[in-house]
Amino acid sequence: MSEAILLDAQNLTKYYGSVEALRGASFQARAGEVTALIGDNGAGKSTLVKCLSGAEQPSSGTILLDGEPANLDSPTTARRLGIETVYQDLAVAPELDPAANLFLGRELHRKGILGKLGMLDKAEMRRRAVEEFQRLGVTLQSTDVPIGSLSGGQRQSVAVARSVVWASKVVFMDEPTAALGVVQRERVLDVIKKVRDRGIAVVLISHNMPEVLSVADRIEVLRLGKRVARFKTEDTKLEDLVAAMTGALVQEEAA
Amino acid sequence: MSTASPEVQSTPAEGFGKRPLGKRLVGANTFWIALVLLALIVVFTAMAPNEFATVFTFQTLLIETSVLLVLSVGMTFVIITSGIDLSVGSVLIFAGMVAGKTMEGLSPNGNASTAGWGVIFAGLVAAVVAGTAWGLLNGFLIAVAKIPPLIVTLGTMGAALGAAYLLNNGSDVRSVPRELNTTLGYGTSFGGIPNLVLVAVVITLVCAWLLHTTKFGRYTFAVGSNAEAARRSGIRVTAHLLKIYVLTGFLAGVAGFMSLAYYASTTISAHTTDNLNAIAATVMGGTSLFGGVGSILGTVIGVFIPAVLKKGFNITHVQDFWQMIAVGAVLIAAVWFDQRRRRQRNSR
Repeated sequence: MSEAILLDAQNLTKYYGSVEALRGASFQARAGEVTALIGDNGAGKSTLVKCLSGAEQPSSGTILLDGEPANLDSPTTARRLGIETVYQDLAVAPELDPAANLFLGRELHRKGILGKLGMLDKAEMRRRAVEEFQRLGVTLQSTDVPIGSLSGGQRQSVAVARSVVWASKVVFMDEPTAALGVVQRERVLDVIKKVRDRGIAVVLISHNMPEVLSVADRIEVLRLGKRVARFKTEDTKLEDLVAAMTGALVQEEAA
Repeated sequence: MSTASPEVQSTPAEGFGKRPLGKRLVGANTFWIALVLLALIVVFTAMAPNEFATVFTFQTLLIETSVLLVLSVGMTFVIITSGIDLSVGSVLIFAGMVAGKTMEGLSPNGNASTAGWGVIFAGLVAAVVAGTAWGLLNGFLIAVAKIPPLIVTLGTMGAALGAAYLLNNGSDVRSVPRELNTTLGYGTSFGGIPNLVLVAVVITLVCAWLLHTTKFGRYTFAVGSNAEAARRSGIRVTAHLLKIYVLTGFLAGVAGFMSLAYYASTTISAHTTDNLNAIAATVMGGTSLFGGVGSILGTVIGVFIPAVLKKGFNITHVQDFWQMIAVGAVLIAAVWFDQRRRRQRNSR
């Protein structure tokens, strides 16, 4: 647990035409912690994550990264600043092998003239991919099969690994375990914990309350486009979360 | 490790190893289609050892497949991106026509038969530019305007053929420099290797290198496998697709010039089904119509299966119409295997 706030969003608003998706939402994520972002459907979770990962720009409000104001005008900018996103629909290329997926868009070139011509250093990418997978505890039978032939959990682990390997500051995970079975889910949660232990701020968006309570260090609750409650996981019960999500409990200081 | 699944118990070294060579071979589509080709060669050699297994047979076989090989190599890139290019045959004709007309225009009395290398080079440039221009048009309409490739290239297939007819009032250009015909068309190098084949081999090798070892190739597979994932990874999908169709147009232009050199005529009627032959060869060679899978080696094998069948049937006095039926069957079988493999995988 650390007290260093890595990502600090203050009073974000976002309008889509006349619809107010965010009404002064605030959010904080700390380095080396898993912060869960929960809320009912339509509470503004997705919009908030889009604003914080550069996919959308907030209508007003400030985003501080490491205490500095950050202008996240595109996902590419966010990535350059060390913010990665794991999408709900597992954006991987199923015909490519795990190493190729890990390095997609960030390929390593060979040294010398062949590299200048665009030739890839496949051996080095494979070696580094194996290293990263081992570090994150992702187990694969083989690194030279297309990722589509792996099981759902392994595929998801690779998708998660692909984002977290490149993240130096923040990783957003939008329902990363939604489509998974029990064993596979455990595996992905293990990866999440390993990422946290590397000092990265993990933001987990989930509908699964027991899962949130088991893996998150802090929990922030959104309701109707505003933060309505903040919890530390160790002294929080499932009932508190449900109460906050439904509006039965509002912490005045949270907004 | 805290998970208890069986895979975890294997040591990291074997857990991350490559599969053994044998296992990888059996898993590859290319391996099976190569066996089919090998079996065909063995069967025809056994049936007619004195006629089939001769240097002359293989020489003509190679020459006759050179032009189609160049087209099919370009088609491989397109199909890996889960696209299709129906226009390559017409673009080949158009490029040959432009080259022929250019060479005639630069020669006295409009007869290019005795033209020298300067004129021939101008013809080559004209063919390549003409092919690339059609590729650029295809690429723009498909990648930027987002019109389905089947429709775009169906349209440009007709348009390029029509434009080729218009250039010479519907007849073939027949005055082709003799110099070109005897060197690129029929000449040989290195003790009997036809020059036309050498050109095709060099192009194929360069494209194999491009597809299988470079970032351009990696992105080609990625775009075909999951365009959305590629886009989110920061790959410029639109620009990449544009480049792929330009490359295919460029290769069709080169093929047009090669065909002109070999036949000493634009031979419009000989190329009207080239597009389908190129698609058939590519798909037979294990390139998936759904995108993301394919290899140049497979395409080379896929080009040779129809050619070997035809040659073999000719030599063994079987009517070569059977070749069309056999190729059709192999093609359908190849796609069926590909689909089955995908279904098995997706059900996991």
